[in-house]
Amino acid sequence: MKMKTLAAMALAGAMSAAPAMADLVIPDLSYRTGPYAAGGTPFSDGYQDYFNLLNARDGGIGGEAIRIVECETGYNTEKGVECYESTKGEGALIYQPLSTGITYQIIPKATVDEIPIHTMGYGRTSAANGEVFNWVFNYPANYWDAASVMVNYLLEENGGDLSGKKIALVYHNSAYGKEPIRTLEELSAMHGFELSQLAVDHPGQEQKSQWLQIRRERPDYVLMWGWGVMNQVAVQEAANIGFPMENFIGNWWAGAEHDVTPAGAGADGYKSLNMNRIDASLPVFAEIQSLVHDAGNAAGDGSNMGSVLYTRGMYAAMLAAEAIAKAQEIHGVSDVTAAMVRDGMANLEITEARMAELGMSQIGPEFSVSCENHGGSGLGIVQQWNAADAQWVALTDYIAPDDSVIDPLIAADSAAFAAENNIEPGCL
Amino acid sequence: MSADFLYGIEVVINGLMAGVLYALVALGFVLIYKASGIFNYAQGVMALFSALTLAGIMSGQVPFAHLINAIFGTDIHYFGWNVPVLAAIILTLIVMVIFAWGVQRFVFRHLVGQEPIILFMATIGLAYFLEGVGDLMWGSDIKTLAVGLPQGGSLVVEEWTAGLGGDDFFGFFIDELDMAATVVAIILVIGLIGFSQYTKQGRAMRAVADDHQAALSVGISLNFIWVLVWSLAGLVALVAGIMWGAKSGVQFSLSLIALKALPVLMLGGFTSIPGAIVGGLIIGVGEKLFEYLIGAPYLGGATENWFAYVLALLFLVFRPQGLFGERIIERV
Repeated sequence: MKMKTLAAMALAGAMSAAPAMADLVIPDLSYRTGPYAAGGTPFSDGYQDYFNLLNARDGGIGGEAIRIVECETGYNTEKGVECYESTKGEGALIYQPLSTGITYQIIPKATVDEIPIHTMGYGRTSAANGEVFNWVFNYPANYWDAASVMVNYLLEENGGDLSGKKIALVYHNSAYGKEPIRTLEELSAMHGFELSQLAVDHPGQEQKSQWLQIRRERPDYVLMWGWGVMNQVAVQEAANIGFPMENFIGNWWAGAEHDVTPAGAGADGYKSLNMNRIDASLPVFAEIQSLVHDAGNAAGDGSNMGSVLYTRGMYAAMLAAEAIAKAQEIHGVSDVTAAMVRDGMANLEITEARMAELGMSQIGPEFSVSCENHGGSGLGIVQQWNAADAQWVALTDYIAPDDSVIDPLIAADSAAFAAENNIEPGCL
Repeated sequence: MSADFLYGIEVVINGLMAGVLYALVALGFVLIYKASGIFNYAQGVMALFSALTLAGIMSGQVPFAHLINAIFGTDIHYFGWNVPVLAAIILTLIVMVIFAWGVQRFVFRHLVGQEPIILFMATIGLAYFLEGVGDLMWGSDIKTLAVGLPQGGSLVVEEWTAGLGGDDFFGFFIDELDMAATVVAIILVIGLIGFSQYTKQGRAMRAVADDHQAALSVGISLNFIWVLVWSLAGLVALVAGIMWGAKSGVQFSLSLIALKALPVLMLGGFTSIPGAIVGGLIIGVGEKLFEYLIGAPYLGGATENWFAYVLALLFLVFRPQGLFGERIIERV
């Protein structure tokens, strides 16, 4: 009798643990633990909450329910690759690794497995060349766009002339942190500003040497390519040495609330880029609150809603959902495959009318993707931290990058990758 | 004096201050190793956990709120009160003492007599366990630690010294937080040395450190001493967590500050409190000077992490037990 009961319980457990079939499977390679959890958690919350909203409101996408498969990477490249390997067999449709290191490792794997990767504002910049990187997309903007947008903003601030100015780049000493160097060197030669580079080793808890150097050399501007604790320490150290915060600009991974709050009032005036707008009054948040959070299906504790990285995660999920919808439209089936989703991504068009319809008017720029251009518009805004009100304030409209500098760099880098990997460039 | 020379002095001063912060972390390792021969891999996580606990108590956060809400369907996060700094520190210390008791009762009591590598492995497990508990208890968001410590460069020092080196010299930069950390570290070391020299428990602790068996034979409770030592290490971890957490906010990367303590231990020895301090100062000054003179101008910068280990290795080659470590004599 006892054995029978146990067997019945085991069978019931196995049945309840079995995955639902015929779902749209979307892995979420998240990092809610470890040194970078403060950035990974809100992004993942936003990413998952939006898909949960679609399930609750629309029954999924095109009538197909979405199943999120979360895998913790700890922002560790090896664990990220393990997560990719362990989730791809579930029928994964699209990957958003939120790590440049993981992206570099899974590009060749996903290309072989024919699963698209979306690296929004991170990853391998030259993946914008869709003829070489058929399965990788980095719209709406990439690192080189960000570097160029920063310089274009500074040009605007200085009457179009940066000659003789000193600009320091403080960067995370990793593949991620080194991404903008080549672009900034080109722009330095073009506009005549002096570029100095200051590397900060992982994790960036100790940056005294770099900021003493900045204090000695007194650059006009400091640009930052940071992530994790490096951002908080850099903002604090800049405030400590009395560097004018309005001349300190981080990229879009160095511009979340938690990057500035530890420095308190000292962070007031710090600027950063953003690839999307922050607006807590967007109707989509009210829908997430009522249909997801109030229903007890929030991905996290609900405290991150509306924050910079939550909004970005939600924006990323919207772009993925729109690509899936596009794939369903192109192929005339609702139960799409990863290869079909790639087609949806390559034909994606994001318009203001569609964003407004989704309850997130002007959250991002309008852009379209093509077989050749996987990079989107490359636009970015500059936002500034108001410490008194504890909020980011958009200072500019969307600023365009200098494509005359970036396009040749993308062409050269992607051509080198194609040559190394025996890839014949072309559309699928 | 030339501006370059003065800036060199500034680098040395800031290196000394950074060294004090490294030494604060190293002290915790020394305390436990000296008393029990255990290399405590979890010391960095203890700093993180204690700082998380302090920040959580101060802000009136409900521990394990996420778990409670998930199980009972509630939506509670805060009690609705703030706890004064001093009371929060005392409560955190109580938590660290309970942790010390738990470590002794449930882990090391069962591992008495095991090889050092087994004990080391146990502390690795402890580190990951504690990190997970910290996450579950207080969440992974970054917490601001407002305990009244000063922030920013000292304007007084800057103004007094601004005229020393002409127009190119802007005065010495000394972080007031680093100055506060130095004062706290001095008080802590004096307190620890005083405790171990002049109190009954301190003498018992030293006796256990010298010879477990002999200490047992004169009636000293090994269990009590180990709880005491882990509690002291918890106190040191809390101080280190406060100082480092005040810089960057309390977040999970705090556990990585242990990496900064390893070269200090290699250099100063695993068994000497003064060794941890002197080792910290040498590493702090050494890495900052190398970065200033060679790393940044010639090697592209970011040399501090690896140079600290090179420096420690150089010392190890000539003095394997560290500067102040006990000399290893093997008699045949």
